[in-house]
Amino acid sequence: MKKRKDNRRLDEMRKIEAKVGVIKRANGSAMFRIGDTIAVVAVYGPRSLHPKYLQDPERGILRVYYNMMAFSGSGERIRPGPSRRSREVSMVIEKALTSVLDLKEFPGGVVDVFIEIIQSDSGTRCAGICAASLAIADAGFKMKDLISAVALGRIDNDIYVDVTKDEEDIEGMADVPVAYLPSSGKIVLLQCDGFLKKEQLKEILKIGKKVCLEIYKVQQKALKEGYKK
Amino acid sequence: MADLIVKDKEVVVPGQVLAKGMEYLPANGTYREGNEIKALQIGMVTLSGRLIKLIPLKGVYIPKVNDVVIGRIIDVGVNNWLVDIGFSNLAGLSLRDATSQYIVRGADLSNYYKFDDYIIAKVTKVTKDKLIDLTTKGRGLRKLDEGIIIKVTPVKVPRIIGKGGSMISMIKEKTNCKIMVGQNGVIWLCGQEPEKEKLAIDAIYFIEKNAHVEGLTDMVKDFLEGKKGEKK
Amino acid sequence: MSIISKHIRNLLKEGKRLDGRGLEDYRKDIKIEYGVSKNAEGSARVRIGNTEVVAGVKMDVGEPYPDVPNKGSITVNVELLPLSNPEFESGPPGIEAIELARAVVDRGIRESDALDFKSLCIKKGEKVWFLLIDVYSFNDDGNLSDAIGLAALAALKDARFPKYDSKEGKIDYKKKTDKKVVLKELPIPVTVLKIDDKFIVDPSLFEEKAMDARLTITTIEDGRICALQKGGEKPLTEDDIDKMVDIAIKKGKELRKLLK
Repeated sequence: MKKRKDNRRLDEMRKIEAKVGVIKRANGSAMFRIGDTIAVVAVYGPRSLHPKYLQDPERGILRVYYNMMAFSGSGERIRPGPSRRSREVSMVIEKALTSVLDLKEFPGGVVDVFIEIIQSDSGTRCAGICAASLAIADAGFKMKDLISAVALGRIDNDIYVDVTKDEEDIEGMADVPVAYLPSSGKIVLLQCDGFLKKEQLKEILKIGKKVCLEIYKVQQKALKEGYKK
Repeated sequence: MADLIVKDKEVVVPGQVLAKGMEYLPANGTYREGNEIKALQIGMVTLSGRLIKLIPLKGVYIPKVNDVVIGRIIDVGVNNWLVDIGFSNLAGLSLRDATSQYIVRGADLSNYYKFDDYIIAKVTKVTKDKLIDLTTKGRGLRKLDEGIIIKVTPVKVPRIIGKGGSMISMIKEKTNCKIMVGQNGVIWLCGQEPEKEKLAIDAIYFIEKNAHVEGLTDMVKDFLEGKKGEKK
Repeated sequence: MSIISKHIRNLLKEGKRLDGRGLEDYRKDIKIEYGVSKNAEGSARVRIGNTEVVAGVKMDVGEPYPDVPNKGSITVNVELLPLSNPEFESGPPGIEAIELARAVVDRGIRESDALDFKSLCIKKGEKVWFLLIDVYSFNDDGNLSDAIGLAALAALKDARFPKYDSKEGKIDYKKKTDKKVVLKELPIPVTVLKIDDKFIVDPSLFEEKAMDARLTITTIEDGRICALQKGGEKPLTEDDIDKMVDIAIKKGKELRKLLK
């Protein structure tokens, strides 16, 4: 059986950890860690949105700000400030979260979701969504489901679960982050960077769904523990 | 075949499947998707005949008519004020709902409520677009004087107040503090001694954390007395 | 004046604070954790009560500034993240963050001679080390300023130089050496607030809103001041400053022990 650099099997996820209520001032917050990737999220809202022209009179809007801290990456310092990548990641996460939230109760208002990556070893947008959906639940919003996400990859002809930065850097690999609604198996985020045969995509989606159910169990536990202490 | 998946009083999370089949009906905090009833929030399951409800453990404040809330004056207008009550829209307090006094046209409304003042007000109207009207005319409604403002999650307010106000009365009595609890989770306190004030604040946060635990009233009583006992 | 400020002031008139602390008491639980972000060359998390900040150091090699060809340098960036306080706006660092970066962290380290910049020289006139310090607020429960100052120092203490291949002129970030950043001094900033005629340290959120003026005083071990920054809209008398400096030296000594 093929083993990876960190001795994982191809279909094995790194160790995951989740916690809610990590930022006391926020309405809701959570930390999600997968391997060496750590995301912290704070949710504020629903609150007033200004300037007025940004308001939607029919429903509240969701704003996501995804940011990598300057020292979170494995190479050089990351210049602070929004980059094209961080804006794209913010947008796909926003679309994913909007699919589970009913914002009609807050017309004209806004819910702000701040995602900070403290440490990165690939899979940051997935960790970000896992933490963000926990933080929103922690804030007490009504949500159809939590969201669980993981990044899979195709290296040569094999499907790898939860790729690390080293694996992501392999020439010719395909990187596929995917996010699911655990109770229905519906997909709310799907991206692909690289070549995939249709059968490989199907395989990826099948495996991804299974892995995300494992992640969901950890997320559930984190939310429930938040109320025991 | 109907299948109840969870137990009464079980803590569940959004998306968690509570029951399968058509026998049960979704109620507050739950929804039906196809053959399954699922949770919409983090909450405690309450079974009531065929209804599956959730008591939310955390929630967002949604204003309702007759809610008594504590708000902060954000803007002073010509004949109204805008008030932040912790909702996505600022609430409006018009001049005629603020006072029965005769106000000269063009008078400076800051003389009544100015920016950063805290008021106890009642929600009189919630339109379908969620525009909120308040009034400060009425018993107990007024501008708040010196004190501390803290915030709790709105769904815990009933527990903090207690049946017939019993819980909050106990805290007031044992800490000698004046306390006003807004339905929006904003709470005002003012005590005679800072130690007792801190005790009251800690007791309120204690209730917020343990709201779903059985025997809470006794636990709070011990908390208030135990702490008091430590003080020499 | 808000009702909260009024209450804080009335308590202070009797020498009392809401949480029962003495005027010159920091919150009891101050925690410093090292190595919280593995990709950083050095990192630390500081908690003062519920106030939490995270700092990291990245290193880079570049050409020295022309006027100091044999010295490396530091850059300091502080971000008051909207994550940490609903009143913070998203966007580039505002003036408060800039003031913290320049007047509290950078000035404290530079003017105290804490770092031997000459030791950061690799090849005179051509290659020197730059220590890039970033500090982020994670939860604002008052006194971010002192927490930020401590975190930056703790991150520098935690820092190890990465492997540098001088022939290729490349840094291998994946390989850390054992070489530490030598800190000759630990310049500790202590922010003292004046409210009416009372002086307090480690203000809570409410106390910060009630302040008349503040003075952040950075001192080193022997009690010398290496940086000062006055804030707030009311003036300070010489006598005020005298008292505040004494407090800062005393508290600085206590806080320094936590970093050792």
